[in-house]
Amino acid sequence: MSDLAPPFEPLTVLIVEDSAADRLLLSGIVRRQGHAVLLAANGAEAVDLYRQARPHLVLMDALMPVMDGFDAARQIKQLAGQTLVPIIFLTSLSEDEGLARCLEAGGDDFLAKPYNQVVLAAKIKAMDRLRRLQATVLEQRDQIVRHHQYLLNEQRVAKAVFDKIAHSGCLSAPNIRYRQSPYALFNGDLLLAAFTPAGDMHVLLGDFTGHGLPAAVGAMPLAEVFYGMTAKGFGLAQILREMNAKLKRILPVDMFCCATLLSLSFQRRSAEVWNGGMPDGYLHDIASGERRPLKSRHLPLGVLSAQAFDDRTEVFPMALGDRVLLLTDGVIDTCDSTEQLFGVERLMQVFADNLEPGQLFEEIEQALRDFGGQARDDVSMLEISLVEPAQLTPPALVYSDSGQSSPLDWSLSFEFRAESLKRFDPLPYLLQLLLEVHGLRVQSAALHSVLAELYSNALEHGVLGLDSSLKRDVHGFARYYQLRNARLEQLEEGYLRVHVQVAPQGTGGCLVIEVEDSGHGFDVQRVMDRPLDIGRLSGRGVSLIRQLSRNASWSDDGRRARVEFSWGAQA
Amino acid sequence: MTDTHLDRDVLSALQEVMEEDYPVLLDTFLADSEERLQVLREAHDAAQLVSAAHSFKGSSSNMGALRLARLCHELEQRAQEKAPEGLAKLVGEIDGEFALVRPLYEAERQRSLASDSSNRCC
Repeated sequence: MSDLAPPFEPLTVLIVEDSAADRLLLSGIVRRQGHAVLLAANGAEAVDLYRQARPHLVLMDALMPVMDGFDAARQIKQLAGQTLVPIIFLTSLSEDEGLARCLEAGGDDFLAKPYNQVVLAAKIKAMDRLRRLQATVLEQRDQIVRHHQYLLNEQRVAKAVFDKIAHSGCLSAPNIRYRQSPYALFNGDLLLAAFTPAGDMHVLLGDFTGHGLPAAVGAMPLAEVFYGMTAKGFGLAQILREMNAKLKRILPVDMFCCATLLSLSFQRRSAEVWNGGMPDGYLHDIASGERRPLKSRHLPLGVLSAQAFDDRTEVFPMALGDRVLLLTDGVIDTCDSTEQLFGVERLMQVFADNLEPGQLFEEIEQALRDFGGQARDDVSMLEISLVEPAQLTPPALVYSDSGQSSPLDWSLSFEFRAESLKRFDPLPYLLQLLLEVHGLRVQSAALHSVLAELYSNALEHGVLGLDSSLKRDVHGFARYYQLRNARLEQLEEGYLRVHVQVAPQGTGGCLVIEVEDSGHGFDVQRVMDRPLDIGRLSGRGVSLIRQLSRNASWSDDGRRARVEFSWGAQA
Repeated sequence: MTDTHLDRDVLSALQEVMEEDYPVLLDTFLADSEERLQVLREAHDAAQLVSAAHSFKGSSSNMGALRLARLCHELEQRAQEKAPEGLAKLVGEIDGEFALVRPLYEAERQRSLASDSSNRCC
């Protein structure tokens, strides 16, 4: 006997037999084997007894008065449902037809007369094994069903929570189109979009390693950082640093997030891009038809320490109608039946064949189907177009304070020197402070834009001495930002001062911002003489400032800029 | 001669299984058999014959009454084939065979009671 045999557990055996002597004999044999016995003299009694006592096993005579064994077997099997109640028919082996009827009625085995107690003991044991096996299978099936439901419920809850976070974004903006499976989150795909306070748009397409809930978990903190910092006016570099540090801290070593982060400025008509480990994105210049690849230049988020992390971005000029396409590796890694990849070249062919830009997604999807690839649910695509700022309506900012305390009479001055200018962006902090003044909140987009322009003008043209005329074509544009990064890296002296003054004025108030720098200044008169907004790549900053603020003026040979914002009585 | 009527090995196996219930089993079998015989003698149709012969065959074989079981089997077959000739003769033979084995079972019952009580004395 095997060591693995289960310990003996007595069964309750129902004996159904119309012959009193046979019944007595069988119950003697079965009792001697240690089981409990229930006795019935016909099928009807057997069904009643089964209903009351639920025995484990039935020994059933075939031919009996009142109700025969076939009917009784059928009824008992029905009562038992999914539980296996083995029925052993007691019969003389001579009748083939009778044996077939026993099986049809649900019988599991036969026992021939005269009874042999060794054979009967073996059969009871075999049937008991079968019964236990069935019970185990049912139990495990129920367990799997429970686990599965539990898992689905978890995913549903996680998705509901996540949808709340993700949908506070602006993926529904008219200049964005995207494709994503509803459960892409559980494949690690992540798509986020939000307006900055200045009216720019930040977009993130991410792809976490792994599948299922683990892949989705990291998406929560990432989305929080993305939305939180974007709403507060932080730039890509700071957001990237924060995301990387957070993921590095919370994710296990083998988990990270490939991501492309994009900032689209509708006013400056430019795209700033950081790609860490994602497939190439594409900037489609509609006028020339050229598609400039947005290549991965970095390791994914969550891999490097804060010291080693590289937040350098690339900036590209864009014209109205130009588009940026981002996609996950689900597109180019789709396999056909021979494990061949769809690949970049096939994607390029789809681009080349595309006539109507609005149809591009459909054409990519059609190409994937034609390729014969297995449908994957981690194919995410996003296309974002550069449009006139007026075509977009950024949501009103939500403030959590009560509106009771609005500081109205104060001033402050900052001076930022070389080491600070290299790494620190003071704008989000300044803006947070200014937006404590309730009268300025309705103008927050203009305030953000103007302050950002004043700051970057003072830093780039003033402190770093960059010539904005460099930006007159696409190559100059790239050159300009390379120079900017290089000079900032080497900066050893120079300063940038910001003076802010808030004063009450009638029932409202007035804000004066002055920004001065240590640079060489510029020919103010020549710049002021140019007409406003002539759609050039260079020199947009000054005209933007003049359009969005009051009384913009430059003094000290252009080293000192001054703007005003004012507001009336608050409702 | 006894061997073709009664299988002694079966009886000793039965005694081993039933232990002190062995005499009760013998009694039950005899009483049961009287009832079956009664049904056989008074049967009005083939179906009644078939079912009574079937049951009788089963219990006789269990009790080691070899010839009785064989005769019941023959009756069951013939009655199923709806061949009325010889049925009454077969019932007569079964009657005779039972009359022959009955005293053997009664003797066995006496023997087992005696040996049981003598065992208890020791």
